[in-house]
Amino acid sequence: MAEIRNYTINFGPQHPSAHGVLRLILELDGEVVARADPHIGLLHRGTEKLAETRTWVQSVPYMDRLDYVSMMCNEHAYCMAIERLLGIEVPIRAQYIRVMFDEITRILNHLLNIGTHALDIGAMTMVLYTFREREDLMDAYEAVSGARMHAAYYRPGGVYRDLPDQMPKYQVSKVKDERRVRELNRNREGSLLDFLEDFTERFPKYLDDYHELLTDNRIWKQRTVGIGVVSPEQALAWGFTGPMLRGSGVAWDLRKKQPYEVYDQLEFDVPVGTNGDCYDRYLVRMEEMRQSNRIIKQCIDWLRKNPGPVITDNHKVAPPPRAKMKEGMEELIHHFKLMTEGIHVPPGEVYAAVEHPKGEFGVYAVSDGANKPYRVKLRAPGFAHLSAMDRMARGHLVADVVAIIGTMDIVFGEIDR
Amino acid sequence: MSRIERLAQTLQEVLGDKVLEVLLDRGEVTLRVSAADYPVVAQLLRDHPELAFEQLIDLSGLDYSTYGNRPWLGHRYAVAVHLLSLRHNVRLRVKVFAEDDEFPLIPSVIEVWPSVDWYEREAFDLFGILFDGHPDLRRILTDYGFVGHPLRKDFPVSGHVEMRYDPHLRRVIYQPVTIEPRVNAPRIVREAHYGDVDHG
Repeated sequence: MAEIRNYTINFGPQHPSAHGVLRLILELDGEVVARADPHIGLLHRGTEKLAETRTWVQSVPYMDRLDYVSMMCNEHAYCMAIERLLGIEVPIRAQYIRVMFDEITRILNHLLNIGTHALDIGAMTMVLYTFREREDLMDAYEAVSGARMHAAYYRPGGVYRDLPDQMPKYQVSKVKDERRVRELNRNREGSLLDFLEDFTERFPKYLDDYHELLTDNRIWKQRTVGIGVVSPEQALAWGFTGPMLRGSGVAWDLRKKQPYEVYDQLEFDVPVGTNGDCYDRYLVRMEEMRQSNRIIKQCIDWLRKNPGPVITDNHKVAPPPRAKMKEGMEELIHHFKLMTEGIHVPPGEVYAAVEHPKGEFGVYAVSDGANKPYRVKLRAPGFAHLSAMDRMARGHLVADVVAIIGTMDIVFGEIDR
Repeated sequence: MSRIERLAQTLQEVLGDKVLEVLLDRGEVTLRVSAADYPVVAQLLRDHPELAFEQLIDLSGLDYSTYGNRPWLGHRYAVAVHLLSLRHNVRLRVKVFAEDDEFPLIPSVIEVWPSVDWYEREAFDLFGILFDGHPDLRRILTDYGFVGHPLRKDFPVSGHVEMRYDPHLRRVIYQPVTIEPRVNAPRIVREAHYGDVDHG
């Protein structure tokens, strides 16, 4: 009888479909995975340690760099933790802005996920389409914060500034003539809200296009249906959250169950899968984008009608407006103390969680009353998902490992922190 | 009676004298138990129908040695576990202190919640807390061959070694760090209520 031997192969860390720096040690029996051992930490930057050495506000930009495809949602959880520790209220307009940008972020994230997932398992075209739409949304990021990705827009007590009245426009250049520029600037003539409204009008059509490309696509279905099946009990035991949990048929969404900000005043549905395979999770994500579009529309309507402050007027937390600072002694002192020493957060500990596009993103913050956090623990949804890699991939073919990585929506910024 | 008060009461009833402390603060419930009782409590928290914490969301290590910029008198290391009950829609934080500061040992709850696997590895890696009964307690986030536990308060932010390419040896070498430690904004604990938002 021939000797049967398992092969051990090294998948990544420089493999294009490892979504970053995942090093996966695969033990193969022929082409069937017998064991998968993910090695993570290649992108570990010690965010939690760094946060301990900086004032509370200085760590906000670090949060962008955790899950670098859903930046503002990370900031949201962190700011919420600080606000709960301080016990302050966020102005209602800031809450709507936050919800609107959370949903923009959700669309950004799901577009990237579906595009690259399809790319990994053989559908080249999807990523070209989804990145086209991502571009518009990143322009919205840029208009509001000046940065396309790492916005640092949310601040403890609100958001950095109000929505801009005009969108940045394209300029005539060597590669873009006047006609082309006019065409590109057509939906940028008004304010940011006009631009976003135009987007929400167009987006459902785009979603239909994606459905046409993938949902009934025979190859796509062969690669995803029945792959990586997770039962509801398993999903709970393995710590799954977000689309990974809802794909298995558990209707759990923090926006509905433990509403934060103004989610309890908005209308949206929570899509749930039935089979818990990669295909169902794909459908859940597609439908979530449609719902996010609905939420953005409602926020735009509200924001148009209701002007107001966007950051708390408590100057122990947020600096006073710059103009006032130039005249008032009190404001100058507040500004100086905030910029040099930072917020003093009363002792205590909180866990603040948001429904991040990937699942539950939580920040466990411990304060001892200093101007810096005593401990910040970041609960990344991808960390729990990837820890189930071995259990999900066992018994599948090597090619399906790629499908499973794609469906988990792995981003190493948040897993390695 | 609010939902968290009801949870606090249920915890007292179900766990009895295993409860060292139940703390209600900022709308969250913290349960403190001893390391010895921790596995039994975990089992009850998951299986008792009135508690039903099906999901372990997070486990975090803690090092209290410089808390409040003062010497800390209690046990140094702790873990904080965040649980979620989907049935009752409540969260709970369970805090367990390790008895021995030199050899911090806490029982593993991997039999109760399989999702704790990597979280316990992470707490071991970053804090050096050992989990009794964990089947595969390897380092997870730091480099292969890393020495020390970086999130301990006595570990410098710059670390102890840095890596560079040596053109003479023609390979990558480790050497002691050359970064000067620098503090731009010092860490200050002011008198009580200084930072309260409604204070002066």
